[in-house]
Amino acid sequence: MNTRAVPLPLVTPRPLLAPVSRRAFGRLTLGGGAALGLVGPALAELRIDITSGRVDPLPLAVVDFRGDGIEATRIGREVGGIIRANLERSGLFAPIDHAAFIQSDLQFDAIPRFDDWRKINAQALVHGRIIMLAGGQFRVEYRLWDVFAEQYMTGTALTAIQESMRRAAHIISDMIYKRITGEEGYFDTRIVYISERGPQNRREKRLAIMDQDGASHMFLTDGRTLVLTPRFSPTLQEITYLAYYAKKPRVYIFNLESAQQEVLGDFPGMTFAPRFSPDGNRVIMSLARDGITDLYTMDLRTHRVARLTDSSSIDTSPSYSPDGSQVAFNSDRGGAQQLYVMNADGSGVTRISFGNGRYATPVWSPRGDLIAFTKMTGGRFHIGVMRTDGSGERLLSEGYLVEAPSWAPNGRVLVYFKQDRTDSSGRGGTTRLHTIDLTGYNDRELVTPEDASDPAWSPLIR
Amino acid sequence: MPGFMFSPEGQPIMRIKFLSVFAAVALLAACETAPDSSASAGGSGAVTGAQSSTASAAPVGPAPGTAEDFVVNVGDRVFFAFDKSDLTNESRTTLERQAFWMRKYPSLTMSIEGHADERGTREYNLALGERRATAVRDYLVSLGIDTSRLTTISYGKERPAVLGSNEEAWAQNRRGVTVVN
Repeated sequence: MNTRAVPLPLVTPRPLLAPVSRRAFGRLTLGGGAALGLVGPALAELRIDITSGRVDPLPLAVVDFRGDGIEATRIGREVGGIIRANLERSGLFAPIDHAAFIQSDLQFDAIPRFDDWRKINAQALVHGRIIMLAGGQFRVEYRLWDVFAEQYMTGTALTAIQESMRRAAHIISDMIYKRITGEEGYFDTRIVYISERGPQNRREKRLAIMDQDGASHMFLTDGRTLVLTPRFSPTLQEITYLAYYAKKPRVYIFNLESAQQEVLGDFPGMTFAPRFSPDGNRVIMSLARDGITDLYTMDLRTHRVARLTDSSSIDTSPSYSPDGSQVAFNSDRGGAQQLYVMNADGSGVTRISFGNGRYATPVWSPRGDLIAFTKMTGGRFHIGVMRTDGSGERLLSEGYLVEAPSWAPNGRVLVYFKQDRTDSSGRGGTTRLHTIDLTGYNDRELVTPEDASDPAWSPLIR
Repeated sequence: MPGFMFSPEGQPIMRIKFLSVFAAVALLAACETAPDSSASAGGSGAVTGAQSSTASAAPVGPAPGTAEDFVVNVGDRVFFAFDKSDLTNESRTTLERQAFWMRKYPSLTMSIEGHADERGTREYNLALGERRATAVRDYLVSLGIDTSRLTTISYGKERPAVLGSNEEAWAQNRRGVTVVN
């Protein structure tokens, strides 16, 4: 691999959670001595089925976590706020306003007065406490209750350094989400994307990274070089992307720990559209040369290059299946852009999209069950999903220009970007990130400091 | 003839020695596709002197053999239909003028930029731009231009020449631009 020194602001890796001690609570005992089951389908158990289409958000109460002293109180308030914001943004939960709470004296070790919470229609109750430890650490503990069944559902304790307060809150959010929906959460994740500013004909684009809720935002490049289409490695330590350093569009790898950038290989043409393989050992990408764009892989250890497609068409926007055995991509080999699936060695190419219009950017769900895509038809762009054989197409979002879906690691939410029309004086063209769930009903703008495009959602951090 | 200096990467960068007022205007128009030209247009004191003495005379066209000469008197770009990379008869005529000019100045090298309008996905448009740049390059080579003088680069939909989400802007953005290095 060639190394190209590119002057960049040094990126300090964010401190990860200090050695996390997780103490599951085991079984709690209520006054009557009845053991409260943690698992198994209890009678009328509180549960959101997120596979059934539109659901009404579940009203729940998240009490600010309690703590002794100013610092613990501040952390407890922030943790509560982060959890509420995460659950609310998922569209599955409706946090109840603090002002409505009746019980104000809920101690961590006490059983809640369920009547008080039923009166405000809280189906679930989350409360917790913060205990400050030596060495800038704190412990956070929480409990989740099913209010109407009067049952303890889950809880845990985490130890974290103070800089990792937001991560601790995201991990707890993921646990609550999983306990109630039965699906893995996606809150302890990050998003890498392209931050944009300036007129469309001299657009400045910078690589940027943030938490999935927009916090902890950081720019990774300085805007002097055009950069596009970043993707995380499975370990989140590296980002592969396209950059125009020295006016040569090439695939690069950015190491988040060292802030080093390396050009990937030495190809006789433009390399672009890079993605890591699920095991992180390879990068799949397009090479455009002499008017033909084919798909290649490069082994990151041996630097061995393998050519996967060999057509006179444009084959690009590849996406591995989660087990790495197949690759979806778009190609105009049939005359216009359509979606194809092939084995990871390039054999067995099968077209899967047959609807009206052009199909692009297939992205395999981390669950393996669906492929998200961009569709262009009737002068509009759409984000949609289909099964991996092309059946069951559903369009989730549309606009003048919507593009580049990327899955949250639980395969239930997509992030994509939406660009408005530009008028002839250059006004408009606003470009923003949005998230949408598989029902298509919960579309939210993900607020960024500037315009934003080409988002890629990370796997879960842990 | 323009002088050359070499960047660390070994790419020749042209120094623009003579600029008339008229050419400077043309250069500004070309800046969107040729940022290097504007960056090197500052020149030295001696160049500035030559420039002002030219400018004080009657208006003249760009100096022959310069990037401005190429843009103004030859035509630096050809246009494509939506999602196509075929050269039209008009495009061929433009490229034949370009080839004629290039034969007159055999020491010059060219970068051919391929562009797409905004109505495609980013990665596909990068490939489409490369296909368009290649179509331009291949036609110039068929007209006798040495392939070693020509490089291609695709910008996809990243560098529109004309702002706006309308047919006229899209038509002008689907283009191949020959830039004198």
